[in-house]
Amino acid sequence: METETVIKAVDLTKKFGNFTAVDNISFEVNKGEIFGFLGANGAGKTTAMRMLCGLSKPTSGVANIAGFDVYTETEKIKSHIGYMSQKFSLYEDLTIAENINFFGGIYGLSDKELKEQSNSLIEKLDLSKNANKLVGELPLGWKQKLAFSVAIIHKPSIVFLDEPTGGVDPITRRQFWDMIYDAAESGITIFITTHYMDEAEYCNRVSMMVDGKIAALDSPSNLKEQYGAATMDDVFYYLARQAKRS
Amino acid sequence: MEQLIIFIKKEFKHVFRDNKTLLMLFGLPIAQIILFGFALTNEIKNSKIVVCDYAQDISSIQITERIASSKNFEIKKTIFDKEQIEESFREGDVKLVVVFPANFHKDLNHFNTAQIQVIADASDPNTASTLTSYINNIVRGYQQELNMTSMGSIKIVPEIRMLYNPELKGSTNFVPGVMALVLLLVCVLMTSVSIVKEKEKGTMEILLVSPMNPFTVIIAKAVPYFFLSLVNLTLILLMSIYLLDMPMNGSMVLLYFVSSILILCALSLGLLISNVTETQESAMLITLMGMLLPVIMFSGFMFPLENMPVPLQVISNIVPSKWYYIIVKSIMIKGLGIMSIWKEVLILSLMTSGLLIVSLKNFNIRLQ
Repeated sequence: METETVIKAVDLTKKFGNFTAVDNISFEVNKGEIFGFLGANGAGKTTAMRMLCGLSKPTSGVANIAGFDVYTETEKIKSHIGYMSQKFSLYEDLTIAENINFFGGIYGLSDKELKEQSNSLIEKLDLSKNANKLVGELPLGWKQKLAFSVAIIHKPSIVFLDEPTGGVDPITRRQFWDMIYDAAESGITIFITTHYMDEAEYCNRVSMMVDGKIAALDSPSNLKEQYGAATMDDVFYYLARQAKRS
Repeated sequence: MEQLIIFIKKEFKHVFRDNKTLLMLFGLPIAQIILFGFALTNEIKNSKIVVCDYAQDISSIQITERIASSKNFEIKKTIFDKEQIEESFREGDVKLVVVFPANFHKDLNHFNTAQIQVIADASDPNTASTLTSYINNIVRGYQQELNMTSMGSIKIVPEIRMLYNPELKGSTNFVPGVMALVLLLVCVLMTSVSIVKEKEKGTMEILLVSPMNPFTVIIAKAVPYFFLSLVNLTLILLMSIYLLDMPMNGSMVLLYFVSSILILCALSLGLLISNVTETQESAMLITLMGMLLPVIMFSGFMFPLENMPVPLQVISNIVPSKWYYIIVKSIMIKGLGIMSIWKEVLILSLMTSGLLIVSLKNFNIRLQ
């Protein structure tokens, strides 16, 4: 089967004045792939991700998301991606059903689609008893799972997850990853940043950003072999220590 | 369009589920109206007045000179026809008219007594009563001097008329001020906080990543608060008219129209503040510090602007509520129509469009 490229970046660069936050990064991500985007704080991950989402214009370089150009077709990109940020990002003073309806609605889902989606979603998450509860009353793990489901409610080609599992307990994290695998299986490409190295192991391929550049990019097993490390943790330490800027 | 409606519904849910917001929205105006029930007095300098002189004799001219040399008054012009009195008040800056009847000097000499009429614009009751007492003092002083030189006991009787607000009710003065204060404060606070809240909680990012147009977000934020502000305005008006006996002599439609402009102005200011702040607390602080004091200081309902040093008077011109205050007073108390207040309305509209453009531009830049 021929693989389809859904994210393609060539020499993508973002400068803020004299500071080069993202420095000539190039990579490709295939459809249905789980792509781990690693790097220490300040390495430029968030800036790169914002450019790919159409939130920030690159200084130079080329990037195509789901076949659309990040300079000229940001509006089209936006309707083909989902996004979940490191902050919990649903409305806590709305109920679960209201949140689903709101986000589904702004992505242009029809009433019928919305109803189907929200029913199956609530059922899948086993939330039917709580559908009319305010989201603020749910435990964090549930919230994150709900946020992820909402982020893919419009069946995007790519979903960007920015440290989605921060502060979540290991069991819920495990369940969260089951959901990610399900989504990938249904053809949604997963682009995820994380600081948990065990999660990096779950990815098909990972890239490692250091000082705005991509220092390494391969499958976790290849990376471990290449750097002679037993775990992804060691790979991360080895690469992150080479950082010159803090 | 559908997105907009979904979004607006969401905004209303935010408002009605948050007791703090509701309290701020509806509790604040009620508290303000009750709090500002007391009035303040102050010395007033250089008030513009008009002299209507039918007499044009030595006594009337001498009294006029004394008034002119007082630091409290500045004679704008002398007229010779009663018909022009009303007209002078409509010019807006005239606070008081002194009328000398024909044969003023003769009456004084022959009958030892004569009348003058003092007509004050009492829509600001503090200023009106202070100014009439200044005139009284001047006239009494003149009378005493005459009595020292002549033998008879001469008496000049000032007849005082309070125009627009005969009972000198303080409410007529502070209600338009509180309207300006409440509308500005509540609207700015609501909009800035509700936008900054989305930034703080991270939902703004989600909205920006969504296919929703950023301007839809702004409109969706503005519509509920615009609507709620009109409800608020109605609440204040009902309270002022039925509770505080505030007159309503002008057009209600015009009043709502002008208030809509002020609300828009406040919404733009709120948007501007939300562009430069990152947390709800700082948005609140900036709003309170940046709005409360200037509005109270420079609208003219607490402290007479005439009495301020010139630089402060100049500054007061950039405070939107000053213009709104003038307009509301003109409509509610004097019953004036758009023809008499179009200048103030124009200034307010220009300020609003300026603020709107700046804040929208700013919002746009932030997205890049």
